[in-house]
This record gives sequence, structure tokens and C-alpha cells, in this order.
Amino acid sequence: MSEASTTNLLEMQNITKRFPGVIALNNVSLKVKAGSVHALMGENGAGKSTLMKCLFGIYSMDEGKILFEGKEVAFTNSKQALENGVSMVHQELNQVRQQNVMDNIWLGRYPKKSIFIDEKKMYQDTVAIFKSLDINVDPRSKVSTLSVSEMQMVEIAKAVSYGSKIIVMDEPTSSLTENEVDHLFKIIRRLQSENVAIIYISHKMEEILKISDEVTIMRDGQYIATKSSNELTTDEIIKLMVGRDLSQRFPAKVNKPEDIILKVSDLTAETQPSFSNVNFELRKGEILGIAGLVGSKRTEVVEALFGIRALKSGTIELNGKVIKNHSPQQAIKNGFALVTEERRSTGIFPDLSVSFNSIISNMKQYKTKSGFLSNRKVADDTQWVIESMQVKTPSQKTLIGSLSGGNQQKVIIGRWLLTTPDILLLDEPTRGIDVGAKFEIYQLINQLAADGKGIIMISSEMPELLGVTDRILVMSNGRAAGIVETRETSQEEIMRLAALY
Amino acid sequence: MNTQASKKSNVSKWLVDNVIYVVLILLVVGIVIASPDFLSMTNLINILSQSSSRIIIALGVAGILITAGTDLSAGRMVGLAAVISASLLQATDYAYKMYPNLPDLPLFVPILVAMAATGLIATLNGIVVSKLHVPPFIATLGMMIGVYGLTSIYFDRPPYGAQPIGGLSEKFTNFAQRGIPVGSYEIPYLVIYAIITTVIIWVIWNKTQLGKNMYAIGGNPEAAKVSGVNVARNIIIIYMIAGLLYGFSGTLEAGRVGSATNNTGNMYELDAIAACVVGGVSLSGGIGTVPGVVTGVLIFQIINYGLAFLGVSPYIQYIVKGLIIVVAVAFDMRKHAKKK
Repeated sequence: MSEASTTNLLEMQNITKRFPGVIALNNVSLKVKAGSVHALMGENGAGKSTLMKCLFGIYSMDEGKILFEGKEVAFTNSKQALENGVSMVHQELNQVRQQNVMDNIWLGRYPKKSIFIDEKKMYQDTVAIFKSLDINVDPRSKVSTLSVSEMQMVEIAKAVSYGSKIIVMDEPTSSLTENEVDHLFKIIRRLQSENVAIIYISHKMEEILKISDEVTIMRDGQYIATKSSNELTTDEIIKLMVGRDLSQRFPAKVNKPEDIILKVSDLTAETQPSFSNVNFELRKGEILGIAGLVGSKRTEVVEALFGIRALKSGTIELNGKVIKNHSPQQAIKNGFALVTEERRSTGIFPDLSVSFNSIISNMKQYKTKSGFLSNRKVADDTQWVIESMQVKTPSQKTLIGSLSGGNQQKVIIGRWLLTTPDILLLDEPTRGIDVGAKFEIYQLINQLAADGKGIIMISSEMPELLGVTDRILVMSNGRAAGIVETRETSQEEIMRLAALY
Repeated sequence: MNTQASKKSNVSKWLVDNVIYVVLILLVVGIVIASPDFLSMTNLINILSQSSSRIIIALGVAGILITAGTDLSAGRMVGLAAVISASLLQATDYAYKMYPNLPDLPLFVPILVAMAATGLIATLNGIVVSKLHVPPFIATLGMMIGVYGLTSIYFDRPPYGAQPIGGLSEKFTNFAQRGIPVGSYEIPYLVIYAIITTVIIWVIWNKTQLGKNMYAIGGNPEAAKVSGVNVARNIIIIYMIAGLLYGFSGTLEAGRVGSATNNTGNMYELDAIAACVVGGVSLSGGIGTVPGVVTGVLIFQIINYGLAFLGVSPYIQYIVKGLIIVVAVAFDMRKHAKKK
């Protein structure tokens, strides 16, 4: 028992994972002591989730090995890991919402009396676990009626019921209130006292420094450092997380911000937790970046501007006039366009042609007097998209799914430009696009701003925001943490703001 | 003011949540107002008796719907079971026997043979859905067409060709048409079979691992999988149970009508699916209760019987039924709808 705090419960040694064209993990190591809280930190895309997926066998690693309790293990799925004492509380909770709490906890291993389920034992066992963890949830209530925090606690209880020795928590506090976070920490402390180790993935510096014993920092798929948390400060963590030069190249800026065209005041989403009290202005010809960590509700803000999400309060002023965007149709009419984050699921129609994908948002323009679509107008506009966006495609009839990600994205941006928007909302416009094509997209964004469009661009890539935008709105946990001038700011300042709330 | 508003919203919430029972009550009240004679023991027994074999089919289909599947082949399986059981239970002295030399079989043999046949076919459905990952709509559409062919081959052959298999033995028709005398009435055996089946299915859904797994698989297959549920095996068993129910129902149907053809059971699956959705079973899986399914079937039977009792044109009955399906599900969607 006494050596528990010095021996490693889990050792991941020199893990390397390659995806076609990318090294997602490069020689990463992680050592977690029994009964400790080990924070795993890094920017979006640093490789934290990939590392965890290797642990649970969701990805197979190319090199390296994993030792658990001194023995080499290679789990092939999360069920196997679970049965061996390694469990994960997911960011998106994996529960059967239509069933009740105890059904969820004992799913797959219900206690039985002959062929019937022993509801009484199930109830008592659940109550016992809840009591030991100080969780106050009725085991008979339906999961769909619980709050996010309660669902999470149920998930933790489930992990405990499997006798887990190590529990991975992925952004556990991203949708919790302050009181709920305190309760979670109490539970973590209790688990710790029973010698359970926690791998705590989070972006929130203060929380990490408060709850964790050790911190491992990753950057760009590489292991950077493991330090005891009492040796660390917020600033040091940020430095270790960011520590990268702006080696990526960006096109020279050619746009000049002019008068204000969009003024957003006090924007608050109807369904909470989400964003609240967001204020900002956008100028004609300006590129406004939105920075923030996963879960900071950046996408939700843009979706609200585009009429996809309902607002509880707040006003949107376009050219000095208050407008209402209750639906995308209305937003489009008001001159907004949105290039969504998930290109594959909400952007392209993969099995249809470049032509169809170009003109789908602008159909009305192609109607002739007879009510049919004019082939000539359609072909002309498709050609315009291909030429002005420099889409590399064999023909207009080529299926868009067969083009590269960069070319697909150009078609989608072109699609929206056909609607002649004044305000272009871009959500992660370069995600999943190779470096060369990124440069072309940056050029395009630049040019559009120079042509007088107002552009709002969400990005998780800090260098991209610094290289392309004029100003950056930093979101933190649903609130606007600040707006900075791109020329005068640094990655460190943005990180600090992003972790503010 | 505030409490009044919340009271009002509570009432409307209750109405939305229990819309099928409200519909059922309104229907009965409406029919009774139009014709007070409707409230009689005879009518009640008739409705229950007509509902019985449909309840058994609907309970089979409902289990499959809860796993987020569907079964279009249910009706054709009912037909197959009806034809098989009828052919094995013709009276020994009947002139047009399909198997002239067949001895007088005990009742349970043909029932078991019919159930085995449909159980097997439904198991095949389950395997195609869970192992080959064919969408249930397609898998069972194919099966529906195929089973009709199979039934027709069995049914339409020399020497008597395509004529109804009749002349059923008395013990068979008694089994399906008679009942237990209670006072001056007779409670049909059919109703008793339906009640027993309903109880068994309720126990399976609510008290066994299979039942819980069924809800879990329909509600969140990923969660079921990572919790160690053998998803494919559970799906196959659910389909198999449904098949057994279709088989049982098919023999009852043959006995009740007194004959069977290759068209017995045609389109029963759509009635069953409609009854399920009206009864609150979600086509996207994970939601549904036994009382809901039974109520769903009863609603349709009351419409059928009640409107016919009032002398309403059968064509108008179709319109009413169609409306009820859509309105009930529209309310149900509102119950689950979430604003983004």
C-alpha cells in the first residue's frame, strides 16, 4: 500500500501513431501513479484524445507499449479496458437516455434471480455506490430527466461499479456550474482516497492546478513535459502548451476595415448551458476571428447569427437596423452566409456533382419564366465558382466527394458567394485541409475582405487566427472573454483569455 | 397568475403525454353519444375478440420496433402459419383434404410446426439485420415478398389448386372460436390467449435481461455495445420471438375464420405498425410499452367496430384511421421534440 504513491499504475511508453500523411503521436509517454490525479493538457489537436484512444484500443498504435499494474496490456476495445479496471467518462456521455439510472449502470451485467432481473439488488447496489460517492440521484429516475452534471456522476458511479483503478475524465467540467464542479472535485478526492487514479483532461488552468497532482503537457502530437502541479503556474503551462513559432506562412493582408456593418449586443442563447451576453462589432472589409477552446460555444454564437439556434435575448444590428434571423432562410435574405464546421455532414452533398453543390443555395436565381431551371445560367455560375475559387476539378459534373477537402471547401465558399452575402461566417474553414490548400483558402478570405465583405472566422488553430484576422474575439465557457487586436496580441494572451471563465 | 399559468401548462403537458388514452376515451364517448346501445357486453366481447390475434402480432412487431428495427414480413408470416396449421388440421372426413392420409393430429402439433416455421424465418430476418447489416426495412421487405412465394407454393398445388384450405377439424375451430361461459356470456378463448401472451411479453420486456437489452439497443446501440451487450444475439432473439408470435397468431386466425389462403394476413404488418406508433412506440427505437401497444390495437379495433356499428361508410373509416395515425404521432413527436 505504502508504495502505491511511488509506483506507476499506468505507463504508456513511447507511443507513436501515424495517420496517412500525419504523425498524430510522436514518441509520447505518460506515467500515472496510483491514487493520483494526473492532468493531461494541450491545445486542441495536440493529441490528447488520440493518446487516450490508443489506451482504449480504439486506435491501434504503431509503436510503443502500455503497462498497467506492471503488466503489458493491449486492450482491443473499451469494454475490455473497462473489465480490466480502466474506464472513461466521455465528454459526450454514452448513455441510454430512455432508460433509468440503474438500468444504465448495470447494463450488460444485470444482477439476476433465476431468469429474472433482481431489481431489488440492483437498486440497493446502486444506492450503496451513490452513497459512497456522495451522489444524490434517484436510481429510478430516467436518464433523460437528469442534468448534465448528474449524468456525469452516474457515469463515474458506473466506472466505480466496475471496480475501476483508473478513470479518464475528458473535459468533465465543460458544462458544469461552479457548485457542480465543487461536487465533482469532492468525488474525485474520495476516489483518490480509495487509491483510484484519475487522468484529467481539461483546458482550464485553475481547475488543473487545484485538483491535479501532476501535469503532462503535449503539443502537436509530441510529449513536452510532466511536472508536479505545485511547481507550475498558469503562465508556465501556457508557455509549454503554446511554445511554437509562427512558421506557417500566410498571405500578405490586403483588406482595410471600414465602417461598422454588424453590431451584436447582449446575445444570449435560449437553451443553456450555452453562450450568454456576447457583444461585438464587425466592420465592412474586416476579418474577425473567434478563438476559444472546445466547449467555449463559438459555433453556437455563429449558428445563432445564422438563425439555427434560438435566442433568449440580445439584438443583431445590420447597417444600423435591428434585424431578426429566426431561420437560415431569413439570415440568407439578410445577407448572411455560413460555411459550417462539419463539411462532410452539413456542407457537401458528396454523391452529387460540383455543379449541384455550387448552386444549391441560390436556386431561385436560375428559374426561367416557365418555372424550370436554366441550364445555361447554372453552368455559368458553376463555371464562375470553379474559376474564381480556383477549384481543381475535371468537370462540372464531377462528384464533389471525389475532390480533395480543400477543393470541396472552395466549392462551398463559392456556393455562398453566389448568394452575394455581406457577412460571411466561416466555422473552421481550413479543418482537414492540407497545408498548400490552406494557403489558397487564406488568400481567398483575404480577397473577399478586400472586396468589402465582413468576415467572421472561427478557428482552433491559433497561428491561423494570428495570421489571417484583424481582430480576435476570445470566447471562454460561453462568455466573451475579450476582443484583441491581432497585431498587438500573442498566443499567450489569447490562451489566458480562453481559460478565463 | 403564475400558478394558474403553470397549472394550465401542466394540464396541456399531461394531455400531450397521454394523447392515446385521451383519443381512446374521446372515441368511445363520441360513439356512445351517437348510439348509447354501443355500451354492451356483447360489443365489448366482440371488440376484444377481434383484437386478440392483432395484439399478439403487434407485440411481436413492437419488440422489433423498439430495437430500432421494423418488420414488413409479419403479415405474410401470419399467412404462412395459417396455411400450414389449416392444412394439418382438416377434418378426417373432409373430401378435399390436402393430405388425405394424414391422421387426426393432436392440436399442439400443427401449432408448433407453424410456430417453428415462422420462428425460423424471423430468426433469419434477425441474422440478416444484425450480422449482414441490411437495413431492417429492406431485409423484411425482401422476406415479405419471398414468404408470399413460399406460402403460395405450399398452398397452390395439385390436386385442388388455389382454393381455401377449409373443412377444419372441430377441435381446431373450437380452440379458436369458443370460449369460457361466464353467466349468460362467453369469454372467448382468443381473449384469454391474448391476455396470456400480453403478460408473458410484459414480463420479458420489464423483468428480464433480454428486455432491458432490447431497450438499450434501440436507445443507444453504442452504449449497449461498450457495456458488453451482445447486440447481434439480442436482436436475433427479439426477431425470433416476434416470429413465434406471428406463428401463433396465424393458427388462431385460421381457426377463427375456419379456413386459410395464401392471402391470409396480407397487410397485417401495417396495421400492427400503425397500432404500435399510435400506442407510443418510437420508430427510432428505445421507447414503447406493452400497455401502449395493447391500447393502440384497441383504438383501431374500436374505430373499426364502432364506426361500423354506427353504420359509417367503410371508406370514411379509412380516412379516420389515417388521420389518427398521423395526429397521434405528431403529438408524440412534440413530446420528444427538443429545441436546439
